[in-house]
Amino acid sequence: MCDTCGCNVTPGNRDLAEGRQATQVLGNLLQVNDNQASHNRVHFNGHGVLSVNLMSSPGAGKTALLEATAELLEDGLRIGVIEGDLETENDADRIRACGVPVVQICTGTACHLDAHMVHDALHQLDLDTLDVLFVENVGNLVCPASFDLGQHRNVALLSTPEGDDKPAKYPVMFRSADLVLLTKRDLAPYMPEFDAAKAANYVRQLGNAAPILELSSKSGDGMEGWTSWLKRGVAELRDNLGLPATTGA
Amino acid sequence: MHELAICQALIDQVTSVARSNGARKVSEILLDIGPLAGVEPDLLANAFPVASAGTVAEGAVLNVTPAPVRVWCRSCELESDAKVNRLVCGQCGDWRTELRSGDELLLRSVVLEDAKSDPPARRPEENENV
Repeated sequence: MCDTCGCNVTPGNRDLAEGRQATQVLGNLLQVNDNQASHNRVHFNGHGVLSVNLMSSPGAGKTALLEATAELLEDGLRIGVIEGDLETENDADRIRACGVPVVQICTGTACHLDAHMVHDALHQLDLDTLDVLFVENVGNLVCPASFDLGQHRNVALLSTPEGDDKPAKYPVMFRSADLVLLTKRDLAPYMPEFDAAKAANYVRQLGNAAPILELSSKSGDGMEGWTSWLKRGVAELRDNLGLPATTGA
Repeated sequence: MHELAICQALIDQVTSVARSNGARKVSEILLDIGPLAGVEPDLLANAFPVASAGTVAEGAVLNVTPAPVRVWCRSCELESDAKVNRLVCGQCGDWRTELRSGDELLLRSVVLEDAKSDPPARRPEENENV
């Protein structure tokens, strides 16, 4: 075989012979985001702050849940919030009115938060004064599930009026959840067609063993299960990091 | 619509690989995408010409291999095919499974033109901002 007549060019190496070169990468497409997310997690761990990514469709009750949580945890865990919305400071204003430190991210047209946006926001908060940092993601059951923000836990909310089959329709989101909250359960008497057992079964069909809690931010029913889950999360995180437990946990 | 954001991340990685290999142009990009990655290959392909315009990847062929959805059952200790919203064991129907394939979002390789000879394959530069 030689370089003179071209007999060394075979179908397998034609690309190379023509100045092409296949370069193996084998990297995650979102590697830059994932690196930033790991960096965010280092920040959270450094301050012993449990970071919780709240995801749901718009209007499922994420902000109402945070308002109710702020009230319940007044003497316990210290919370902070990063709010993600396309536009307006409305949600941040609601959280601020509860006396909770909050940073609003307006994403413009972007349908999700990414790790860089969260990084910019977390530097506007004093993490030393917090036990839990909530990241209220853009209301959307599709896009936010693909982006790691550096959170320790994913929480997916499914509100009663949405219907019990959302986990089957949006498997990527509900598969990633470490906790599923069935919200607005005060509406259950008016919406008997929402079957909580069915919703739970759809989550299990995704191979997800996450706990599923029913609650109502409005009436306060079921809220203690949620707040104890948060307290356990903070205690576990601090235990893993070898940090002293918080007074609230 | 987050496919445009993902496409831009893809272009950044591809540009970085091309630069570190001294290549002038990228002619083909090979991706593995599973249905549970939350990324639609068709939408990614639509976003690609916009995201790649004016970059080394402009005009490159985007070649997406769909990854199958496969789960491993803890009780049967067997692997089986599954549907995206029914990740249960194909043998016994148990939901206590682990996903073995289906959530890939992988840049497998890129075909570079006029690359400097035989550089080692390398990952794109890590993001080091603080």
